[in-house]
Amino acid sequence: MNRTAGRTRWALVAAAALLLACMAAGLLAGAAGLSPGSVLYALLDRLPFVSLDSGLLPVEQGVLFELRVPRVLLAALVGGLLAIAGAGYQGVFRNPLADPYLLGAAAGAGLTVTVVIVALGDSGAVPVAAFAGAVGGVLLAYALGNTAGRGGGTATLVLAGVAVTSFLTAVQTFVQQLKVEELQRVYAWILGDVGGGWPQLAMVAPYALVSVVVMLAHGRLLDVLAVGDEEAASLGLHARRVRFAVLLAASLATAAAVAVSGLIAFVGIVVPHVVRRLAGWSYRIVLPLSLLGGAAFLVVADLVARTVLAPAELPIGVVTAFVGAPFFVLVLRLTRRVET
Amino acid sequence: MIGARGVGVRLGGRQILTDVGLSVPAGAWLAVIGPNGAGKSTLLKAVLGLVPHQGEVLVQGRDVRGLRPRERARLIAYAPQNPVLPPDMTVADYALLGRTPYIPYLAGETAHDRDVTRSVLARLDLSELAARPLGRLSGGERQRVVLARALAQQAPVLLLDEPTTALDLGHQQQVLELLDRLRLADGLTVVTTLHDLTLAGQYADTLLLLSKGRTAASGPPGQVLTEDLVTAHFHAHVRITRPYGRPAVHLERPGNRSAPPG
Ligand SMILES: Nc1ncnc2c1ncn2[C@@H]1O[C@H](COP(=O)(O)OP(=O)(O)O)[C@@H](O)[C@H]1O
Ligand SMILES: [Mg+2]
Repeated sequence: MNRTAGRTRWALVAAAALLLACMAAGLLAGAAGLSPGSVLYALLDRLPFVSLDSGLLPVEQGVLFELRVPRVLLAALVGGLLAIAGAGYQGVFRNPLADPYLLGAAAGAGLTVTVVIVALGDSGAVPVAAFAGAVGGVLLAYALGNTAGRGGGTATLVLAGVAVTSFLTAVQTFVQQLKVEELQRVYAWILGDVGGGWPQLAMVAPYALVSVVVMLAHGRLLDVLAVGDEEAASLGLHARRVRFAVLLAASLATAAAVAVSGLIAFVGIVVPHVVRRLAGWSYRIVLPLSLLGGAAFLVVADLVARTVLAPAELPIGVVTAFVGAPFFVLVLRLTRRVET
Repeated sequence: MIGARGVGVRLGGRQILTDVGLSVPAGAWLAVIGPNGAGKSTLLKAVLGLVPHQGEVLVQGRDVRGLRPRERARLIAYAPQNPVLPPDMTVADYALLGRTPYIPYLAGETAHDRDVTRSVLARLDLSELAARPLGRLSGGERQRVVLARALAQQAPVLLLDEPTTALDLGHQQQVLELLDRLRLADGLTVVTTLHDLTLAGQYADTLLLLSKGRTAASGPPGQVLTEDLVTAHFHAHVRITRPYGRPAVHLERPGNRSAPPG
C-alpha cells in the first residue's frame, strides 16, 4: 500500500513537470520571437525581492504579460477545470462516458449566450451570461431528475440532463434563427477561445479554487461509492450527500470554464480516461492528475491553435477534437488490456 | 445482541415483510432460510436500516434507526448478495474500504487502519493476493475478499447475504468453516441467509424460515427443518436425515418415496 502512495507522488510530480514544460512552450511560441532566457528573466523579475534585467523592450513586455501569460494561464485553468469536472462527473455517475456537459451546462450556457448576443449584441456580458446559463442548466436538470425519480437515482438524473439539453438547445436554435447575422459570433463562442486575459482569469479564479478544493477532498469518498450506494451506506457513508457535493463542485467548475472559454469539447472526457489508463482507478489520483493533465493538454491545444495557421487562429475546440481524438485512440491501443 | 420485533417492510407499494421477529444472542449464528423471493435479503437490509421499515430493531440494546450511519457501521458489517467488485480495484484497497466508518468525512486512512486491514488479509490467507485486481479473482477468493472487507469493519455483528452463492461444494464448506472459526475466535454475532438448507442446519444455532414475507418457523435446526415445513414452503419433495444429530435435507424424485435405498 505504501508502494501505491509512492507511485502516486511520482505521477503527480511527473504531471506537474509536464504542465510546466507545456506552459513554457506556450509562453515562448508566437510571432514576437521572444528568447527563452529573456522570458525567464522577465518572469523572475516579477517575483518579490528579485530584480533582473530581461532586456525585453516595453512592447515585448506587453506581449508577454498582457497576452501570453494570461492566455497560457487561462488555457491551463480551463483545461484543468474541464478535466477534473469530467472526472468528478464520472465518479458521481459511475460511468466513464459522463462528461462535464452531461447535465445541461453546455446547453444552458449556449442559450443564455445566444440570447445576450442576439438581444444585446454585446460581448461584455457573455461570460456572466454563460456562467449563469451553465449553472441554470444543471439546476434545471437536477430539479427535474429529483421530481421524476424519487430517491435521486443517477440514471434519472442523466435522463433529465438529456431532456434539458435537447430542450434548451431547441430554444437556442430558435433564438438564433431570429437573427441569423449573429450566427457566426455564437458559433465562434461555442468553438472556444482562451484569449480573455486577466479580467476573465480574475473573474473565475475564486469559483475554480473552491470547486477544485472540494473535488480533491472527495477523492476517497468517490472511491467508496465505487462499490455501490447500498454498500457505501452500510459503511456509514451518505452516498447522496457525497454525490451532491461533488456534482455541485464539478458543475461550478464547468460553469467557470464555460464562462471564459465557450464550449470546448473533448477535454473533460479524454483526459480523465487517459489518466485512468496510465495511473489506475482511484479518484484520489485520477482527480489531481486530471487537473494537471487537462491543464497541460489545453495549453498545448491553444499553442497549436494559434501557430499552425499563423497568423490566422484555429478555434481551440477544433484542435482539442482534432488532436485529442487520435491521441485518445493511441493511448487506448498502447494500454490495451484484457477486459474483465 | 440483535432483537427485532414486528418488522414490516413495504417496497414499491407491496408488503414485502410482515411482522417478522428475531432474536440472536451475542456470539450466536442465525441462518435465515426460505424460498426465493421470501424476503430474506430484505430482512437483512431492514436490520441494517437500509430500507425503511416498521417495527423495532435493536442491536446491542440500541434502536438502529437512532444510530448515526457511521456509528451503526461500526456495530454491524454487511455483505450483500451480489457485492460490487470494481475490476481494477486491488484486494488491499477493497478491504481497506471496511475502515470507512472510522475515517472522518474528508480525512484519509491512518497507519492503524492499514494495519488492521493487513492483519485481516493475513488471517484470511489473502496477503499474497493483496495487490491483485478484483477482476482477476476466483469465486472462492472473491467471497473471502468480501468477508475481509466486512471484518476490517471490526463490528461485533456480521450480516452476510448468501455468502456461499456461486461456490462449489468444497468452497462453500471452506467459507462457512472460516466464518465459524472467526465467530468463535472473536465472539462475533452472525446472521446469514443461506439457500442450502443442509448447510444452514449444519452451521447455524438457530434457523428462521421465512415464507411470503412472514415467519413460518423459527428455532433450533431440528425444529425448523422438518419434512412437513420444507414441503409446505419450498414445494419440494425431501427426506430429512440426522447424520450427526443435525438435520440434513435430501431431495427426492417425486414417486420414489418407497423405493429401497441403494
Ligand atoms: N426495491 C424493491 N422494490 C420492490 N420490490 C422489491 C424490492 N426489493 C425486493 N423486492 C421484492 O421483495 C421480495 C423479496 O425479495 P428478497 O428479499 O430479495 O427475497 P429473497 O432474498 O428471499 O430471495 C421479492 O418479491 C422482490 O421482488
Ligand atoms: Mg436474497
